[in-house]
Amino acid sequence: MKLGKKVKPITFLLLPFTLISIFVLYPIVATVFYSFYDKGLGSFSLRNYIDVVFATSPLNMLIARTLHSSPPWGALIHNLVWVALHVPLVTFLGLILAFLLKYYVKGSIVIKAVLFLGIVIPPAVGGLVIRFMFDEIVGIFPRLFSYTGIELLSKTWTSYPQIALFALILGSVWIWLGFAVTVFSAALETVPKSHIDAARVFGASMWHIFSKIVVPELKPAITIVVVMTVLWDLKIFDVVYASTGGGPGGSTTVLALVMYNYFARALDYYKSAAVAVILTLITVPFIVLVLRWLKE
Amino acid sequence: MIKTTTKKLIKTILINAVIWALALLWVLPFIGLALVSLMPYRGVIVRGWLRLPSLDSLSFKNFIEALANPLYDMATGYRNSVIVASASTILPLISAALAAYAFTYLDFRLKAMLFGLIIVIMMVPQQLVVVPLFFLYNYLRLYNTIPGIVLLHSAWGVAWSTFFLRNYFKFIPKSLVDAARVFGASDFQIFRKIVMPLSIPGIIAATVLQFTWVWNDLFYALTFLVSKENQVLTQKLVMLKGEYHIDWGLLTAGSIITMSMPLILYIAFNKYFMRGVAGWGVRR
Repeated sequence: MKLGKKVKPITFLLLPFTLISIFVLYPIVATVFYSFYDKGLGSFSLRNYIDVVFATSPLNMLIARTLHSSPPWGALIHNLVWVALHVPLVTFLGLILAFLLKYYVKGSIVIKAVLFLGIVIPPAVGGLVIRFMFDEIVGIFPRLFSYTGIELLSKTWTSYPQIALFALILGSVWIWLGFAVTVFSAALETVPKSHIDAARVFGASMWHIFSKIVVPELKPAITIVVVMTVLWDLKIFDVVYASTGGGPGGSTTVLALVMYNYFARALDYYKSAAVAVILTLITVPFIVLVLRWLKE
Repeated sequence: MIKTTTKKLIKTILINAVIWALALLWVLPFIGLALVSLMPYRGVIVRGWLRLPSLDSLSFKNFIEALANPLYDMATGYRNSVIVASASTILPLISAALAAYAFTYLDFRLKAMLFGLIIVIMMVPQQLVVVPLFFLYNYLRLYNTIPGIVLLHSAWGVAWSTFFLRNYFKFIPKSLVDAARVFGASDFQIFRKIVMPLSIPGIIAATVLQFTWVWNDLFYALTFLVSKENQVLTQKLVMLKGEYHIDWGLLTAGSIITMSMPLILYIAFNKYFMRGVAGWGVRR
């Protein structure tokens, strides 16, 4: 048996891993080093982390000293609030929609294509759309909410610290829901239709089919959607930068934006590196979850 | 019996109505952007945009202003975005196809570890590389240059598209590759003559996803492109927004210009987008 000329694997790996090493791996390691670099001392210390965590200026604050009933609460808290509201909303709505679209709705292809638009467009445009829809003059929602009689909700949401963050979070449901629906719909294809038909024949209610058959079958897909949505929420930048820039009064800052503020406004690169490391540390548990899931 | 069927019918109609209303809510912002960009702004302020406009009042003035006025100059941004996104798609896809081939068909030391590394890179926040690259780019004179940002986007692109393409290559029957080996084909020949032609749908999916992802990026553009002649479209877009006063006519036109490319790609390659994402192809 004549074997083909063996090509060394290195010839296939050289170009890709050169790119990755110089532009991703080296800077990741270096960022960790820089985050400990103390300009004043000229050596390494925890100074940057201490300064960053205890910063009090509205645009750079990570955790507010006192948590009032409305933002600014600090970028880290804003990220966590984002996760706490956005993830359940997107997962639950996504599941119900994927279920209804598959078994009950006519023209579901069109609806899925429409929902998907949110993740096709630039997130920066998404941010501007949020501002647009919640604008007092041109927006739809303040006008709708004006009928509730709550004065604040009939204003430009992104201009008031009490509601700006929630406008962004609601808007990010609009941007990201298509992801959940697409993943869940794809996963639903693998659920045997006979299971659901059988349940229907025996008179199971819609809710029963949904909660007892569909949700358990979709568990792996739910894990993916939850983890990817958490990661998306933690890294969020473009949407916030384009809509509010973190304002008003720091009430919509997020970690990635604080990192950018240190980098581009304060020109304090070492503190910027420290924020980047903090942001990454928070994502680590979720990255580990994905790795474990992929191994199975 | 009749009663239950009517009840069922009403339920189905209700569900359809609610879901279609939701879909309408989802496209409403796009309708709003289109109408406000074309309508005279004064009319929008007085009467809102949720109405049928008189056709002769519509104009492309906002689009021309956004593209051609040197203050906004989205035409230059468009050109830069095309260059950056194209280069940042071609380079990583070639690299990733090679890497994915090695990970699928070759054996080498540290294979599992390197692949794990690629998966980790896919999920690590982009913010984690900015500071050292800023120093390095200043030193290499790559800061504020198109090649600089292309290399950066390419490196990230290599990671996820290697993962994506390897999943695709795995579906190619291994017997085909083994047979070619037996007949004396080299790995490069197998790569070019067998694996590549059989993976065209996967490569198209990776191409449109990577192109769209780079096109949509704002964060890296903001951090690595500063001068007006190098800035890409997303940067030009956020600069249309004044600090206090917002000209929604201009901003909606700018938004439509900025998302025109991804939208066209999405319409042309719809199923590749959906499948790519369903197959876990998104990075952000």
